Amino acid sequence: MPQIFHPSMNTVSRATIFGAVFMLAMLGWLALRIVRSPYVSGVNVIKPQPVPFSHQHHVTEDGIDCRYCHTSVEGSTFAGIPPTETCMHCHSQIWADSEMLEPVRASYRDDKPLVWNRVYDLPDFVYFDHSIHINRGVACVTCHGDMGKMPLTWKSSTLYMEWCLECHRQPEEYISRPEAVFASTTRPETPHVETDVKWENKRGTLLTNCSICHF
Amino acid sequence: MDASSKKWAADPRFKILPQQAPAMTDGIAVWRSIRESPASEPEHGSIFEEFPADAATAPDEPSRRHFLKIMGASVALAGTGGCFTQPQETIVPYIRAPEQIVPGRPLYYATAMTYAGASLGLLVETHMGRPTKVEGNPLHPAVPEVMAQANERANDERLRFGATDPFGQAIVLSLYDPDRSQTVLRRGQIDTWEFAYSDLRAQLDRLAPAGGEGLRLLTELVVSPTLADQIQELLAKYPGARWHQYEPVNDDNSLAGARLAFNDDVATSYLNTPDVVLSLDADCIADGPMRLDHARRFRWQYLGPDGAAMSRVYVVETSSTLTGAAADHRLPASPQTVIAFALAVARAFGLELPGAMEMDNREVPKPWLDAVVEDLAASRGRSVVLAGRGQPPLVHAVVHWLNAALDNVGSTIEYRAPTAARPELAVESIRDLAGSMRAKEVEALIILGGNPAYDAPADLEFAMLLGNVPFSLHLSEYANETSDRCGWHVPQAHLFEAWGDTRAADGTVSIVQPLIAPLYGGKADHDVLAALMGNLNATSHDLVRDYWQRSFGPTANADEFERAWKTALHDGILAGTQLEARTPTLRDDFAKIAADVLGQNLTPADKQPLQLSIRPDNSVWDGRFANNGWLQELPRPLTKLTWDNAALMNPRTAEESQLNTGDVVEIETGAGQIDMPVFVVPGHPRNVITVHVGYGRQRAGRVGNKVGTDVYPLRTSQTMWFAVIKRVQKTGRTYPLATTQHHYDMAGRDLVRAGTLSQYQDAPNHPPFMAEHGHSNPELSLYPEWKYEGYKWGMVVNQSACIGCNACVVACQAENNIPVVGKDQVARGREMHWLRIDNYYAAEPENPIVYHQPVLCMHCEYAPCEPVCPVAATSHSNEGLNEMTYNRCIGTRYCSNNCPYKVRRFNFYDYNAELRQEATRQLRPNPDVTIRSRGVMEKCTYCVQRINAGRIAADKEDRLIRDGEVVTACQAACPTQALTFGNLNDPNSAVRELADSNLNYSLLGELNTRPRTTYLAALRNPHPALEKLNHQEDLTQRR
Repeated sequence: MPQIFHPSMNTVSRATIFGAVFMLAMLGWLALRIVRSPYVSGVNVIKPQPVPFSHQHHVTEDGIDCRYCHTSVEGSTFAGIPPTETCMHCHSQIWADSEMLEPVRASYRDDKPLVWNRVYDLPDFVYFDHSIHINRGVACVTCHGDMGKMPLTWKSSTLYMEWCLECHRQPEEYISRPEAVFASTTRPETPHVETDVKWENKRGTLLTNCSICHF
Repeated sequence: MDASSKKWAADPRFKILPQQAPAMTDGIAVWRSIRESPASEPEHGSIFEEFPADAATAPDEPSRRHFLKIMGASVALAGTGGCFTQPQETIVPYIRAPEQIVPGRPLYYATAMTYAGASLGLLVETHMGRPTKVEGNPLHPAVPEVMAQANERANDERLRFGATDPFGQAIVLSLYDPDRSQTVLRRGQIDTWEFAYSDLRAQLDRLAPAGGEGLRLLTELVVSPTLADQIQELLAKYPGARWHQYEPVNDDNSLAGARLAFNDDVATSYLNTPDVVLSLDADCIADGPMRLDHARRFRWQYLGPDGAAMSRVYVVETSSTLTGAAADHRLPASPQTVIAFALAVARAFGLELPGAMEMDNREVPKPWLDAVVEDLAASRGRSVVLAGRGQPPLVHAVVHWLNAALDNVGSTIEYRAPTAARPELAVESIRDLAGSMRAKEVEALIILGGNPAYDAPADLEFAMLLGNVPFSLHLSEYANETSDRCGWHVPQAHLFEAWGDTRAADGTVSIVQPLIAPLYGGKADHDVLAALMGNLNATSHDLVRDYWQRSFGPTANADEFERAWKTALHDGILAGTQLEARTPTLRDDFAKIAADVLGQNLTPADKQPLQLSIRPDNSVWDGRFANNGWLQELPRPLTKLTWDNAALMNPRTAEESQLNTGDVVEIETGAGQIDMPVFVVPGHPRNVITVHVGYGRQRAGRVGNKVGTDVYPLRTSQTMWFAVIKRVQKTGRTYPLATTQHHYDMAGRDLVRAGTLSQYQDAPNHPPFMAEHGHSNPELSLYPEWKYEGYKWGMVVNQSACIGCNACVVACQAENNIPVVGKDQVARGREMHWLRIDNYYAAEPENPIVYHQPVLCMHCEYAPCEPVCPVAATSHSNEGLNEMTYNRCIGTRYCSNNCPYKVRRFNFYDYNAELRQEATRQLRPNPDVTIRSRGVMEKCTYCVQRINAGRIAADKEDRLIRDGEVVTACQAACPTQALTFGNLNDPNSAVRELADSNLNYSLLGELNTRPRTTYLAALRNPHPALEKLNHQEDLTQRR
């Protein structure tokens, strides 16, 4: 019976098996790239909103503090999205006829709330508390990026668990001085572990305990 | 057996623990049911298996082929679950933000619920306007405060919790019940409130010329001052109209008894802590809104490290109740024996009734009577005697006489005016109405709440008589059996949807404030009465507020009232509104009157017939909570039965008729007959069969329809509580009962430790029942010990205090979003309760001692569940919490298999699917706890969401969490403080003190799991003479 395979197939099969290792590794690498790509993670992707709200304009140009709108950021889990009334504080006076702001006026007039698309959305099995992060010295910009430079709003971090853990494993690398917590644009240049920095694990709770975020 | 395994078997350290009954603990033989009791044959098979046999099978067993298909698909798709991107979510802010609501932070409002004639103060947690969880309001007179001492010591701005009962906990689920009535119905057809109103007006206009003759109003027992005022107004406008009150679980006998003794309407309330309690068939710690107060006063006393005093509780009862289980001495008795016993005690204190001796008192054991008399005589002014709602007026009257003779009035007992706006005998009232209906004198009948077509005495034929009424309107939360037979049905607003007011047992007024606008457009009873008065647009808020503004008097200025009103809303009580205390005097001719009544009660002809004891249910009460899944699935006290009622009977009674648990019997009384399954209960009185009302509903809703057996057909106006049984006949059929008593068996190890107070007082440092073994051995570990610095969470369960009331179980279910699984799943051992209360019996099955043992996750320092998890979904925090991370869990169930305490629960199905199907249901869950899906393990977390909230609050102030600041849901609900949670590293914490107690022990401590949840041995305080008599052999039995 003649041989079905030519002897060179030995080499080919060896190369194939050897190559398969690389192929698999590459597939794995590709999968990881895809998962971390903006397409999946949504980082740097601008979401459509009912009103093209510019943080750059309000924060940098007008100098409005974060807490003027996000009122509960220091006291609650949720930072708070301003009610239409907050917009109308100013916009009943300035840009009162702007076409762009018609949805805001319509909301106020017709008693219909504005419906914003969530930019930062944690899975429902994760519990995050804004107030304690602010209190321990995690600046707004550390997670939300340079909001003062965003004409429209996008997500600047993946919110993946690996990203959370970067800080929960070594918070001293990421925290700011109290006066810099609400600074709008500058990410703290030099992370520090100085005495005036509030973060200190006095009570010995490990921030990497699962039940810190998952319960 | 090979050589090595022989060697192992010989080594006592590797002894395989015996798996047959009875389980031995230190000194006490305990068992969990009659099948395990020492009296019965050792049994192998289902009840001694770790999990019930069916636990892992699907309800419709798939074929092998189907199984392979599913498994193939699962393997192929494994891991793709993570490939989906999250759906886009939206944020909808307010237009104008309301004051006080901060998204992400709960608000608490005080309100009160009313049942059985008095109120229970509640604090309701709301998230963004959604009520999600109920706690007790400690300012309310019926509600004991939780962690009161720690709260006093800290003296900070913390939220203080009070205890609650299962009904209070579960009422929030009813709010979101999609089966609640959602629309006005006219003869079953959808209609509107406006049309109902115009029809009502037309009727009233027709009746008005005759002064309203023919107009009848039927309410439940009215304790609301505003409602009473409105009714008086109505009766003034229509003098011919009449008002009736009916409540199936009523205090008629108590009222009649007070009239007999004092010729006056008085209600009894209790002060201070008595030393001796004698309960004559009163289920006082598990029945009615005052149960929490009674549990605290009568049973629980603080057990300090030096073993403070305990009260001694004697219970004579005609059933098996929690009060009996909590007693130091319990005498199961027939109804006649209770009367005979009451008279015998009274005779010992000088009440001579001619004829009393004729009572057949064979069942009254002499030593028992002597012990009770001795204790009562020795603690004059420090005792309490009470009678149950089922006992005849004579017993209540004799109890009044006894309390007076024992100098208890003024020291442990006080009398006040009854809470009812018009105290009357409910049965007489509805009999009167039924008589008028039969005579066709009723032209228009307005029924506010209640369900008389279902629960009125059977002999009145109320449901049928409703057909005689030309115009009838029923206001009700559910379109129920009564609504079906009425012309108009109007949906009633839920307790949390409308304004109102109510009174606590001592009369203190609570304003009932709504927490949410009516979900289904329900009307309050105040609204309907206003409509009767011609006011369509009055709101319950205005009506209640106006009433109180008027009652403040015209002199009070607006600011003063405003302040008082706001304070009342904030505190949940209107201070200083107790009903006036009364000092009724016994009639001079008391003995003669009592003798006359006794003469009528003597029934020597049939001396000890088999009797039926008809009782309110611990889960559905009179049937009103039938559509509440939490309550239906709650294991009933002592039987651990879910989703059913049964005829409870004594093992010997059952044996004589060759009956077993699950056999269906025909029970016939003078009123008719019913078929229902038998449940054999150790210690149940011999010649009594207990049945509970509230089941067999036809129009309760999807949850409660056709659950259990309706026993109201046997309940007539003559036999409201006891009926003579003519015949009990085995039908040959059996009925599957879902009881959890044998679920999660801990293989008969050393579980319950118990002793007596005197044993403890004799040797407080080494009580004889606290054996040395069972302590963990630190040398067993290869690793250095982990030092828990900072917080070290732990819990101590005081078994002396636990009364098995189930409040903690429902509280846990509400707080932690635990699903309801249904009867079929419970029968397979898949109930999801994170906290269960195990029952253990000791001593002879005829009258056993009962131990309640709440079992929750032990949070073992060396947790056996952790190393076996292949994905590290269960791990240990550095504060000692055994964490369960749902999103990591892949459902191998290895952890549950390896848990010696059997406290882990697995989601075999997507039990939360109804949340997606029912829009209103989505409003209920606690937003601070993840909703688990199918295939995920879950268990007690020590309410880690509350710990985290407390930690965040403390961290912001750069301090440690203070003792009592974090209270778990179960602890907050407990009326007797049987559960104490806290930081074991805090030397001054309450939990540390209890953990250091000489009564403290760990469950299965010999396994070296080092549980953080530990137990205090159960102490009883028996009378020395009786103890010697009854339990000598059993209690001193050694391993």
